[in-house]
Amino acid sequence: MSEGLQARLRVRRTDFELVLGLQVAPGEVVALLGPNGAGKSTALQALAGLVPLADGSVQVGQRCLEDTAQRVRVPVEHRRVGMVFQDYLLFPHLSALDNVAFGLRIAGASRRAARASAHTWLEQVGLAGLERSRPAQLSGGQAQRVALARVLAVDPDLLLLDEPLAALDAGTRLQVRSELHRHLGGYPGSTVLVTHDPLDAMVLADRIVVMERGRVVQVGAPAQVARAPRTDYVARLVGLNLLRGHSSGHQVALDGGGTCTTVDRVDGPALVSFRPAAVSLHRGRPEGSARNVWQGSVAGLEQHADTVRVQVEVTSAGPLLVLADVTADAVADLGLRPGAPVWVTVKATEVSCYRA
Amino acid sequence: MRASASADQRTGAARSRPPAALLLPAVLALGFLVLPLAGLALRAPWRQLPELLTRPAVLEALRLSLVAGLLATGICLVVGVPLAWLLARTDFRGKRVVRALVTVPLVLPPVVGGVALLMLLGRRGVIGQYLDAWFGITLPFTTAAVVLAEAFVAMPFLVIAVEGALRATDPRFETAAATLGASRWVVFWRVTLPMAAPGVAAGAVLCFARALGEFGATITFAGSFPGVTRTMPIEVYLQLQSDPSTAIVLSLVLLAVSVLVLAALRDRWTGGAVS
Repeated sequence: MSEGLQARLRVRRTDFELVLGLQVAPGEVVALLGPNGAGKSTALQALAGLVPLADGSVQVGQRCLEDTAQRVRVPVEHRRVGMVFQDYLLFPHLSALDNVAFGLRIAGASRRAARASAHTWLEQVGLAGLERSRPAQLSGGQAQRVALARVLAVDPDLLLLDEPLAALDAGTRLQVRSELHRHLGGYPGSTVLVTHDPLDAMVLADRIVVMERGRVVQVGAPAQVARAPRTDYVARLVGLNLLRGHSSGHQVALDGGGTCTTVDRVDGPALVSFRPAAVSLHRGRPEGSARNVWQGSVAGLEQHADTVRVQVEVTSAGPLLVLADVTADAVADLGLRPGAPVWVTVKATEVSCYRA
Repeated sequence: MRASASADQRTGAARSRPPAALLLPAVLALGFLVLPLAGLALRAPWRQLPELLTRPAVLEALRLSLVAGLLATGICLVVGVPLAWLLARTDFRGKRVVRALVTVPLVLPPVVGGVALLMLLGRRGVIGQYLDAWFGITLPFTTAAVVLAEAFVAMPFLVIAVEGALRATDPRFETAAATLGASRWVVFWRVTLPMAAPGVAAGAVLCFARALGEFGATITFAGSFPGVTRTMPIEVYLQLQSDPSTAIVLSLVLLAVSVLVLAALRDRWTGGAVS
């Protein structure tokens, strides 16, 4: 019948209510992506049985873990749900080896068998030789891998990862991320991953569920989410301009007034997105092929790696903020400073338009 | 600890000398605490020490005190640790009342504790009468009574210390253990208790020290029979009337134990903060 994870969650917290439907196939990795307080961690805790559902159900394969309608609620220790915590929570009084062997011992393995298996797991995550180390002696990346090995060793039916890379510094993060990707690829069950970092989600997940204030705002493959954001939060995460309006043919009447021309043909409520690098800025009214020409003033400037990101407050198309990436030379030549008047152009071919 | 000590020195150097009105009573208080012990050491018959220490009455009191103190500590561990766990990890109605009740023996005069034990477990006591009638067990004036009296008085020390240690360990480690399949009982044995072990050990040492020095409740509930209920503090009291030098030697032994306890707990107490 059903395979993988099937969940309908409704959880009440003091400041918001989480409502989430989730299907994750075996071997699939789904990322819950959202800002702090979006309810991502609450969702993980509900799946693990750490917080009760107000309403809904959790099913993994043929096993029902929770169903409020049937008053079923399997306690945490019998769920066979593995969880990697943000700060790993390795037992400080046990060695790396005994941390990994912990779940196996509880499952009834002899001390020798558990340690042998734990040894193999530590080797698999590349930590051979660190068996006797205490958690306090491990680096962040090593601790993360011990935590992963500890969970995978008990062969869970469902794998939950709560911000698995958040506690790492930028340098180790890159390496640990790609290793984590490899290990998740080898895990046969369903995986749910919580992160507030879009890059983690893009690299690690097969599918992304974007959440804000306890609700799902967008679901899709990483490329799809990156190309066609549906909320300002996602647009900001993936670094795109996002405008809303009503489209008929190639013309989108923007919500704030003004229009936008696109090559995509959409009818009805529509979203328009384009890259900041596709935006050109001009001192005077430009004459050229660009179909979208708006007038406004500079609201702010921000130095990025090789470019300057200019925030332009467009006044001719209702008050809206457009981001433009230009070179430092251009900033100097055009005399761009907060308050300076500026014209904005975007070619219709650079604009993608899709149904809202 | 070292850092905080040097910080104290810095603030001390930065400010002016403390006012005499505070310094004088402070020195007086310290002297009041230390000088009697110095007096004890000065009056000790050091040369006769080996001979006095090996007297049968002294050895008997020593042995009885150690055995009873260890047994009392054992009882406190077996029932006190679970009580501390309940107070630290669960929520129930009347928890504040329970915590207050636990601390009663701390402030209760030990003699009253002894009388209370007698009322409960004495031959005519609330429970004692049935122990006597049904099983032929009479507790008062036995070594068992010594152990019970000491446990009654020392238990709060253990419970309070262990509860503090349990509160200081992050319960999320227990959550992590649960997700790995551990039941609450297994979590307690394999995670909670090992993580709180230093605190439990400190509590046990404290509990033992208190049991060793117990006098009031013991003499009231267990009396003073040589070799059966006459523990070191009672022996000290009795010998002081007849043979002061023996009393002093026994006092020195108890003082030595106290110093050892303090040494064992030095990181937790002398640092200023119970961590």
